[in-house]
Amino acid sequence: MKLEELRFGTELLKRGFASMQKGGVIMDVVTADQATIAEDAGAVAVMSLERVPSDIRKMGGVARMADPEKVIEIIDAVSIPVMGKVRIGHFVEAQVLEILGVDMIDESEVLTPADEQYHIDKKLFKVPFVCGARDLGEALRRINEGAAMIRTKGEAGTGNVVEAVRHMRNIMGDIRMLRGMDKQEMIDFARDIEAPADLVIECAERGRLPVVNFSAGGIATPSDAAMMMQLGADGVFVGSGIFKSSSPERMAKAIVEAVNHFNEPEVIARVSRGLGDAMPGLDVHTLRDDEVLQTRGR
Amino acid sequence: MRCYRPVDVKVGVLALQGNVSEHIDAFRLALSRMGEDASSKVFEVRHPADLVGCNALAIPGGESTTISRLIEKNHLYEPIRIFSGGIFATCAGMVLMATHVDDTRVHTLGLIDMTVDRNAFGRQRESFEADLLIKGLDGGPFHAIFIRAPVATSVGASVKVLSQMNQGIVAAESGKHMVFSFHPELCGDTRLHERFLKTLRSRQ
Repeated sequence: MKLEELRFGTELLKRGFASMQKGGVIMDVVTADQATIAEDAGAVAVMSLERVPSDIRKMGGVARMADPEKVIEIIDAVSIPVMGKVRIGHFVEAQVLEILGVDMIDESEVLTPADEQYHIDKKLFKVPFVCGARDLGEALRRINEGAAMIRTKGEAGTGNVVEAVRHMRNIMGDIRMLRGMDKQEMIDFARDIEAPADLVIECAERGRLPVVNFSAGGIATPSDAAMMMQLGADGVFVGSGIFKSSSPERMAKAIVEAVNHFNEPEVIARVSRGLGDAMPGLDVHTLRDDEVLQTRGR
Repeated sequence: MRCYRPVDVKVGVLALQGNVSEHIDAFRLALSRMGEDASSKVFEVRHPADLVGCNALAIPGGESTTISRLIEKNHLYEPIRIFSGGIFATCAGMVLMATHVDDTRVHTLGLIDMTVDRNAFGRQRESFEADLLIKGLDGGPFHAIFIRAPVATSVGASVKVLSQMNQGIVAAESGKHMVFSFHPELCGDTRLHERFLKTLRSRQ
């Protein structure tokens, strides 16, 4: 087989990669040791970053892509896929992560946006992207830019699942509503939510987003994770929820099992017993406007 | 051409993690293209009891370390090992079917005498699509989607190699089982699914 007959970085390969993550838990890690713990607990992938979101909140200032040194350490430590976060619109951070060999790039509102008008033109990359969304319009705009996976934003670093629930219900509810519309109504609706009409129609036909949709931003317990799955998530991202809990290894394993058995309360009850403290939570209603991450990059 | 008597085909798809729904859809499409009657079913397998009455099992792609761990957690290891039907395994599924793998964290089922190398082509940026020639498959090359794919580096005498690239073996057959490095369930071409089901029927 000659190399020129191989095609790399196609839409199918990007969406296919995302599809392999389904039913899985993707965990935020800041060191190679944490990455190993996550892999041993059954994570399908790890998200390498400089600080978990709750620490980003505490530190303040500008949050950027992780040090390449750290990303490489994490890549070398595990055999599961490694993802990395870049600032919204920061296409050079994305070029750097692609060169390092990261398997998927998260263009994330958790970091400080680099461009307040444009997201990254994700179709220019061979590596797939995941992007955050609060509603169907945001999700479809990101998919139109080339995102191969969506994650509902929630409110990262709070340990409070309320925003993740709101965003998942927004998306699933809008898709359910679409199914009762005729084509003209769909086109009108697409204009309303500022999304491409063809993608709106595709959602209506398939009864779901055209790409894999994970939940993120506030998941702190096995029950939180299972609830997001029951609400229609294809899998979950857990950020601060694991390594800010009192017993990360056990929490990681319990969340993996809860996602696998999301419809079996007896399993969730068993894995939740005696887990120790979940991460300390924040009431999202007490956040100042400038502390809210989900409104970045719409 | 031989005419097949319609039989009940019960295809279970191991639904622990990975691209489960794509496998279900592909098997349903293959069965309808073969003119299968409505008594055939494709369903999810999560627990040992789900395997009862299955003649075929699909092990999908996903993360082999994760699926391996969940097979044990869900007490499916022995039931799959002694499963009497055929197994159709792709990507991570192929890793799990092997007797040997380059990673001790994956507890393989050892159902096919082969040694497998995980992520043999590299990381996601090295994932690729290619048209492959597959031994005994009519209708021209098969459009194959390789995603962080494994290969078999060696196989025992009982294993028939169906396709090979420079890095190793990417499709193989052993008894009722078929394994692929790539993802036939992602491309809409159900020729491999149909071949697998026909082989099963001819053995029934």
